[in-house]
Amino acid sequence: MTLWPYGRPVSPDRPEDAPWEAAGHLLARLHRLRPAGLPGPLPVMRGPAKAARAVARLLAAAPGTPAAAVILRAWAGLPAWARDEAPMPRTDIVCHGDMHLGQLVRYPAPDGPWLLIDVDDLGVGEPAWDLARPAAWYATGLVGEAEWSRFLAAYRAAGGPAVRPGGDPWPELDAPARALTVQSAATGVAKAAAAGRELDGAEEAMVDACARIARLGVPVVG
Amino acid sequence: MQCPKCHAPMHTYNRSGVQIEQCSGCRGIFLDYGELEALTRLESQWTQAAPPPAAPQAYPAAPAPAWGAPHQGHHGHHGHGHRRGFGHLLFSS
Repeated sequence: MTLWPYGRPVSPDRPEDAPWEAAGHLLARLHRLRPAGLPGPLPVMRGPAKAARAVARLLAAAPGTPAAAVILRAWAGLPAWARDEAPMPRTDIVCHGDMHLGQLVRYPAPDGPWLLIDVDDLGVGEPAWDLARPAAWYATGLVGEAEWSRFLAAYRAAGGPAVRPGGDPWPELDAPARALTVQSAATGVAKAAAAGRELDGAEEAMVDACARIARLGVPVVG
Repeated sequence: MQCPKCHAPMHTYNRSGVQIEQCSGCRGIFLDYGELEALTRLESQWTQAAPPPAAPQAYPAAPAPAWGAPHQGHHGHHGHGHRRGFGHLLFSS
């Protein structure tokens, strides 16, 4: 059990007011830490392991459904490292491993600076993983182009190493963003099946994206 | 009514609140008193209200992956905000 001081989170009703610049800036600062300068050795970042776990949960909860079929096809096209079946391409960067808007709080509440919290999945690995969930939200239409652009620009301005400093960031983002889209879709379908309910709009958007990924059918190089 | 020129039936159309009779045979148009002035006035308003030139975008269109949602890129959902009711996914693993 860990005890944390109380910080003020992002309001769940207004993601459009989320601190996209702070999120990009904080991730860049984390990624620029030197692992060697930290007090002890770090484990490997657990992002791909969690994606694989979500797919296993899907297979247990909703096997043989049409949604599971497209999610599995999208999963099969990923590079082995993104499926947690091979080492990550790099392990020289400190990564958060589970980036989403619930991981940002203002401390001291209510108006202190934004902090990045929850180090459960933190470790060394592929830093594009941390940008890939916002990237997947943008690709699937959950957030607008302006929010995504603000986040990415702040990350780049702070010298974040996960993507090239300018131009199209998708060569670096594509594989992890697909993996996180699969993870979201798998988790949503498994939850809906367990609760005996239909998919909601957000879950539907993720499954639709998996169908488009599956149709591309081109294994990602990376 | 019948066309005063070719006697084919006239059909009434409404254009921006102005009644126009057009002949189904010779396609001639019949205007009542004041209707030509009304059309002329509408035309001058139309030219004055030419659309302003498009404002430059705050961001150049951000690249998106080939598997992005169809409304991404140049087809909308530009700018601000997020899809209503989708917020919960932004706060979960």
